[in-house]
Amino acid sequence: MRIEVDLDLCQGHGMCEMEAPGIFEARRDHVEILEPEPDESRRAEVEAAVQYCPTQALRIIEDDQP
Amino acid sequence: MTATTESGLKKPHRVSGGEAEHGHLDELATDPISLFWRVREECGDVGMFQLADREVVLVSGAAANEEFFRAPEEDLDQAAAYPFMTPVFGEGVVFDASPEERSKAIHNSALKATHMKQHAVTIPNEVERIIAEWGDSGEIDLLDFFSELTLYTSSSCLIGRKFREQLSGRIAHLFHDLEKGTDPIAYVDYHADIESFRKRDEARAELVEFIQGVMNERIANPTEDKEDRDLMDVLVQVGFDANTITGMFISMMFAGHHTTSGTAAWTLIELLRNPDYMARVYDELDEIYGDTPPGQRPEYTFAHTRQMPQLENALKEALRLHPPLIILMRVVQKDFHVEGYEISAGQSIAVSPAVSNRLPEDFPNPDAFDPDRYDKPRQEDLVNRWTWIPFGAGRHRCVGAQFAIMQLKAIFSVLFQNYEFEMLQPSESYRNDHSKMVVQLQQPCRVAYRRRKDR
Repeated sequence: MRIEVDLDLCQGHGMCEMEAPGIFEARRDHVEILEPEPDESRRAEVEAAVQYCPTQALRIIEDDQP
Repeated sequence: MTATTESGLKKPHRVSGGEAEHGHLDELATDPISLFWRVREECGDVGMFQLADREVVLVSGAAANEEFFRAPEEDLDQAAAYPFMTPVFGEGVVFDASPEERSKAIHNSALKATHMKQHAVTIPNEVERIIAEWGDSGEIDLLDFFSELTLYTSSSCLIGRKFREQLSGRIAHLFHDLEKGTDPIAYVDYHADIESFRKRDEARAELVEFIQGVMNERIANPTEDKEDRDLMDVLVQVGFDANTITGMFISMMFAGHHTTSGTAAWTLIELLRNPDYMARVYDELDEIYGDTPPGQRPEYTFAHTRQMPQLENALKEALRLHPPLIILMRVVQKDFHVEGYEISAGQSIAVSPAVSNRLPEDFPNPDAFDPDRYDKPRQEDLVNRWTWIPFGAGRHRCVGAQFAIMQLKAIFSVLFQNYEFEMLQPSESYRNDHSKMVVQLQQPCRVAYRRRKDR
């Protein structure tokens, strides 16, 4: 899987960092994706980060998707 | 024939009706959702209605909604779109920050993820306190009950527990008068000489007096221990006057109050209408709190609120069918294009969660209460991020969304671990009152409760 962030929407609330530390790092007004292609073992955390993003700025792109 | 602008773009069509002095204002105050649907039926994704001297361009559908929600800050002005809020917050109260900055500031403090764990304990305590007087059985009015409860929970979490202790049913009543003081006639004149505006102004004046009393007390007995200070202590120390602090208090509480209160009521009503799903929610909660020894109170925690998919889906479905805000509006600052239509500076642009959330192309069987639509792989909330919009969308999406969902889970955990409920009126008689811009449940809206025997 690959994580994509829409920086037009991201406001740097940092929920994703709390859900999946080490994969996301919140800056003042946006988020940095430290691991854009995380290991499958962290899927649950990444899905929680996507679900709980206050501005719905995150997306998971599956490997078989274009 | 379609009118076009110099740039070759189309002008939005005006919807039928609205021949009266203030255009469609009367219809907005009686049957707004039908008006919004008629705009879509007659004009398509982009259509216009008249609200006093404002032309409001209502857009709908995923593509048009996305353009609305992605618009740059400087193109669309939010505050100017809601004149009915000016006298509620306080005319002439000058905040040091825009509402946008303030909501962000709240998010960065009280709504921060790290504080959620504490809130998840504070809220059940408040619910237990209010139901301590319930006895084995009785009746409640859903609007009165949830309004009072959510005033205590929100103030306790957002401002501080010390401040919450100074609130009472009287303050809840005043807050309710502010919410009722949002008659759409405010689009003509928010000083109009009508009963609800007089009550609004009286309620606000009494709140200022109340806040002044709290401030005097805080000044007379300063809190020595830094740890015990709440937001009120900080505001007093900075030197704001009572009128300004009241404005801040109202603006912090307003967005989270009638919205959460209404959603709690609608979730309960929808669950009562759908007893099979209600049973699934009770089972889920019994499973979570099942280890509680008989006769003892369950321990309610943040971790628990994270594992309630059945209840969460019910909340989402209540929000989809009965969004607390039925129209989101902005005033256009710079000519703006949506799907080949030009919306001119000075016009207003709006989306309606009440319409979007029920578009049949995005939500099959749109009028049915079907919480399973949020399960994988359907996930209709995530798939339709521009039309599943009970919390809005994009960069202005409600900063309190997660807090609200957590709060509602905590409230129903306590209520459903202790009581069972029953409708006291015909199912279809539970409906919203749309006569004010702040939509509230129409009274009477009574239900009966009975203590669970199996616990």
